[in-house]
Order: sequence, then structure tokens, then C-alpha cells
Amino acid sequence: MSNLTDLGGVVLVFPMMLPIVGLLLGLVLGGRYLGRLVLVLVLLGLAAALAIGAVVLVGGEALQYLLGDWSPPLGVRLEADGLSAVMLVTSAVVMLAVVLYGQRAFRIPGGESETRTSLVFWLLLLGVWGGLNTVFLGQDLFTLFVALELLTFSAVPLVALSGKPETLAAALRYLLFALVGSALYLLGAVLLYGSYGTLDIGLLAERIAGADRWPPSLIAAIALMTVGLLAKTALFPLHLWLPPAHAGAPPAASAILSALVVKASFFLVIRIWFDLMPGLLTTAGVQILGAMGAGAILVGNLVALRQVRLKLLIAYSTLAQIGYLFLLFPLAAGAEAAALTGGMLQVVSHACAKAAMFMAAGLIAAAIGHDRISGLGGIARALPVTVLAFGLAGLALLGLQPSGGYLTKTLLTSAADASGQWWWGLVMQAGGLLTAAYLFRVLGYAVFGARSGTPSGAERLPILIQAPGRLQEFVVLMLALCALLLGLLPPVAFDLLGVGRTGIDAGAVVSIAMASAFDWAKLWGDLWPVLIVGLLVLGAVPWPDRGSAIRTDSAGATPSVTGRAAVAVGVVFQRADGVLRHWPAAGLSLLLLLLGLAGSLVFGSR
Amino acid sequence: MNGTTLFGLGAAALVGLGLYGLICQPGALRKILAFNLIGSGIFLLFGVIAKRGGGALAAAGSGSDGDPVPQALVITGLVVAFAGTAIAVALLVRLAETAGRSTLDTDAQDASSLPADANPPGERLP
Repeated sequence: MSNLTDLGGVVLVFPMMLPIVGLLLGLVLGGRYLGRLVLVLVLLGLAAALAIGAVVLVGGEALQYLLGDWSPPLGVRLEADGLSAVMLVTSAVVMLAVVLYGQRAFRIPGGESETRTSLVFWLLLLGVWGGLNTVFLGQDLFTLFVALELLTFSAVPLVALSGKPETLAAALRYLLFALVGSALYLLGAVLLYGSYGTLDIGLLAERIAGADRWPPSLIAAIALMTVGLLAKTALFPLHLWLPPAHAGAPPAASAILSALVVKASFFLVIRIWFDLMPGLLTTAGVQILGAMGAGAILVGNLVALRQVRLKLLIAYSTLAQIGYLFLLFPLAAGAEAAALTGGMLQVVSHACAKAAMFMAAGLIAAAIGHDRISGLGGIARALPVTVLAFGLAGLALLGLQPSGGYLTKTLLTSAADASGQWWWGLVMQAGGLLTAAYLFRVLGYAVFGARSGTPSGAERLPILIQAPGRLQEFVVLMLALCALLLGLLPPVAFDLLGVGRTGIDAGAVVSIAMASAFDWAKLWGDLWPVLIVGLLVLGAVPWPDRGSAIRTDSAGATPSVTGRAAVAVGVVFQRADGVLRHWPAAGLSLLLLLLGLAGSLVFGSR
Repeated sequence: MNGTTLFGLGAAALVGLGLYGLICQPGALRKILAFNLIGSGIFLLFGVIAKRGGGALAAAGSGSDGDPVPQALVITGLVVAFAGTAIAVALLVRLAETAGRSTLDTDAQDASSLPADANPPGERLP
């Protein structure tokens, strides 16, 4: 390796170093000033991430750095390829937004004494950030294990920040299930070390590719690591911990948990299936992953539609959006470029949109003192910017032009067509329409709904307990716009995704997808099903003069026949979700998944 | 059957017992203990792999009959498992103090019945 690459590689140390510096200084500074320090650190981190992205994009190859100049198999190697660079930049942007939002939410006014919550929030935020960056840069399976644990141990207490019993229970459940996941991951890593004598992903990939056939220990290791990571990603049906944890955390923490933390373990699944062992993509295992993704999309969206509380609705929406990510595995066999680009764009777009949604929900809940969807009446007039941001983020999620969600849907659908697997495209269409349904349900109540407590609608504006900060609203709006306008970036920027791997020309596939995005026929074709769903849902929202807002606390109190059928379907899915979220059911699906994946790999190997 | 195989089987049995406990025991403390059983099994497996030798040093050309790398890893693994257990127990103690219960499975359904009146935690009133 040339000296130049070594010099360039040093920049990889900064994203890992800055959070740790902050953690150490934070204990000295105390909660009052820590928020400002974190802001400075995150700005520096964003600069470092952008620098890494620029160097990787211009250089056209992955950046490497050997810690202490020790090379693998004993040394630890950091590497930033295109995917790492994209994830680093995305997490820095979302971090910046959350830190700006948190400046007000966790401020300690001048005269008051410091609170535990403030200090702990900032410290944990730094821990999450450090864990994320290490996951994105590490190339050593054990380093990645430690990074995942740093991430989990920082994310879990964020859930229980308020100290209320239900959030404590949610955090404990999250922690225990995540610990199972990391135990399985570690078990797989040990097996790999025992078989191949190294933990470096690059070296392992060479040694695995050189073998004639896959030994049982390798198959067991891959199945264990994958399932462990899926448990941490909360892919359906291993999602028992996600809804209460993400809904119970403070809004700023929910944004980070939903936007970034679950993506870290997904990123490692990509590392394993694409980098460590590309041969996996031709086995039947990809169909299992795809089927779980499809299940997540359908169940997550349908159960989201039934939720009474806004934050739980958004949490279930996260569950569904995670499903899209896993559709890229079955599609990658036939059309790797489109599938991988689509999947990674979904990561970026969902990160921005979901963080915006959670923070918007936080502003709404802080303003009116609750987040019951049926009680949102009139909030659109009281908090127009916040509701606008929520709506724009929702449009990005359901995939309207030119959002990242649109690119994801178009790319994955074209990959599905190219590989002759039309059914995944069908699932995506259904998912988009269901997303539209719950988005319109929330917006319908926010714009047209009656204010709860005044059935006649005499008093149209809700009483604001706490007005949101200007900066907070602005940040949320900016994040939503990031997600919505992602497709307008120049195609060169998307080329970053393909750096470091052959045959991925992300810029080209994106420009093909964007070329026809604004044709009238295409635009109309995408828009009319959404509009019809919107009208149907708005018809079901109780109007102010009907005065039924108080009685109907659940989604589907509609008198029509179709309404009843929809309610019945929703109830069935909600029951199924409730059953699957019990420990024994989740544990059983975990074991079945392990066996299924291992079996598919046994038959998939030569 | 030599010693290494015996220890390997022991490790497998520990992991299996731990998984059973985690899935089937309703009490949170038992789940935490079960996680520690899994952890012990995995760490024992580290020992087995170290004893079998080879590994990174052999690949680098200076192999001996024992491999020290897994021992270095297992220390980190122990610290991580200890930290995880500590957080879990701390959460459990708080849960028992505030809610007076120590099981997790009863509230699988009550997520949608969380009290909706309160301000989101962490937000401060002006």
C-alpha cells in the first residue's frame, strides 16, 4: 500500500475518535454545557464524514487504515468503501438534526440545577454515534461485535430515559433480545475464527472463496450471525421489542433509534452477504430474507393503521420500512446494481424521513400534551410547519417523486422485473398504498378532525401547552425535505455507493430511474392510487360535526361494509402481531429461522 | 473422546440450556441468568478453539500447539457480557422498584395502552 493511501486513511480515525472525546469531556463538563460541545463535535464529525465521502468518490477506491500499522490477520483494519461513506454521512446528518432538536428539549435553564436526564441523554447519544461509526468502518468481526454492543448499551438506556415503568420494561425487553442477538453473532464469529483462523472480513472472504465446498461450521456460523443481526434489526417476526421501545423513548432518542440504530445491524447483514460470502446470494436463503421482509411490510403497515397513538404508529411504520431493506437480497441475484442501490437509498431516505416524523410527533405531543391520533384535531392550524414536515416525510416514505422512497421503489421494482420475481413488486405497491392510508389518517385528523372534548367543534384551535421552538420546527422540516428531494442530487453523488465493489454503477441506474420520473403519465400513474386511498381514508375520519371523535378511539369505526371488512382484516393482523410479540413465539421463530437459513445454505452449497 | 471434544460438547450444552431459559422462563432475572449461560458456553468454545491451536498464528507461519488470540478476545467478551448483565440488572431493579413486577411477558399486549396523557419524557416545560 502506498504512503498516500495511508495518509488519506488517517481521516477514518476521526469519526471514531470524536464521540469518545466527547464522552470523556462530557463527564468533566456536566450536562449544562455538554449539549453545545456535542453540537461542535457533530459538526466536526459531519465535516470528517463529508471528507471521507469526497476522498472515496474522487479516488474511486476504498480507503484503508491499519490501526498501529498492524496488518491482518492479527491487526485491526478500518476501511471505508462507498457504502461506509454513505452511512457515515447519513448518520452525521441525522445526528446533527437530532442534536439541534435536543438543544431545546434537553436544555437546562440558567437558574436551575442540572438534571440527570440531560447529562445522560448527551452521553448516550455520543455512545450511539461512536458505535455507529465503528460499525460502518470496522472490518474485523470481533471489532464489529464490540461496536454493536457499544451501540446496544447506549441505545437501551435512551429508551428508559424517563424512568417510567413501561419504558423500563420496554428497555429491558430490548436489551435481553439484543443480547440474544449479539450472543448468536459472537457464536458465529468464534466458529469462523476456529475454521479460518482470522476475523478480518477481507481475508475471510478470500479463504472462503478458495474452498471447494462450504463446511458445516461455516454454514452454522453464517446462519447464527445472520439471525443474531436480524434480531437486532427487529425484522418481522423478531420484532417483539421494537414498538414499545421506539414509542416509549423521548422523541429525539426515538429518532436516532429508528433512523440509525436498527440500520447498523442491517449494514452488517449486507457486509456478510455481499462482502464476506457473495456466494450466499445464489442460495435459497435470500428468499427467506425476502419473505420476512414482505411479511414485515404487510404486517407492519396494517398494524400501524390500527394504532391509537401517533408514536406507536410511527414505530410500526419503521417495522414495515425495515422490510423494504430485506427485499434487496432476493433481487440482488438477478440485478445487483439496481437492488443494492435501491436498498441503500431506502436506508438513507428512511433515516431522514423517520427521524423527521418522530421529532414532529414529539413537537406535537409536547404541544398538546398527548399523542392520541383521534385527538389531533386542529393541530394543523396550530403547528402548520410541524404538520407540513410530518406530511412531507410521509410522502417521502410512500415513494412520491423525487423522494428517495420513489427511487427505492423504482429500482427494486425494475430489479424484480429483470429477475422475473414480480411478486416482490406487488408487495412493494401494496406497502406504498398502506403507507398512504395511515399517513392520510393522521393528516385527516390533524386537518379536519374535531378537537377532543368539544364534539360540536365550537373551539377549533387546541390549547398549546408548549409551543415548539422555531429551530426545532426548521430542523424537522429540513430533514423531511432531505428525504423528499433525495432524487434530485446529481447522479455523480450516487456513484459513491458503488465505490469499492465491481459491477455496481449506481449513478447510471439512478439516472435511468430519474429520467422518466416526471413524465405526466408516470406521475399520474403513481398518484391516482394514492389519491383514491387518501379519499377513502379521509371519508372514514370523523368530521367535526359528527361528534364521534371521542367515542371512536380506534381506527376503523366506519359504518360502511368495506370499512368493516378493513377493520376485520386489521384486527386479525393486530392479533397475529400480538401473539408473535410474546417471548416464546419470538424465540420459536428465532430457532426456526436459524434452522431454515442453515438448511437453505446446506442445499444451496455445491 | 478427547478433552477438547468434551469441552466443545459442554459448550454446546450450555448454549442450548441458555437458549431454552431465555425463551421459556418468564422471569426477567432468569432470562438474565440464561443469557449468562449462553455467554459461558460461547466463552468455553473460545477456550476449545484456542486449545485446538492453529488459528491466526499458524496462518502467519509461527504456529504452536495453543493459540493465544481467542484468550485475548474472550477477555473483551467477558467485559461486554458483564456490562450487559449490569445494565439488565439495573433496569430490572428499577422496574421492580417502580412497578413492583419482574416479569416481561405480561405486557406484550399493553403497548397500545400506555398512558397517553403525559408529556414525552425528557421534554421540559417552559
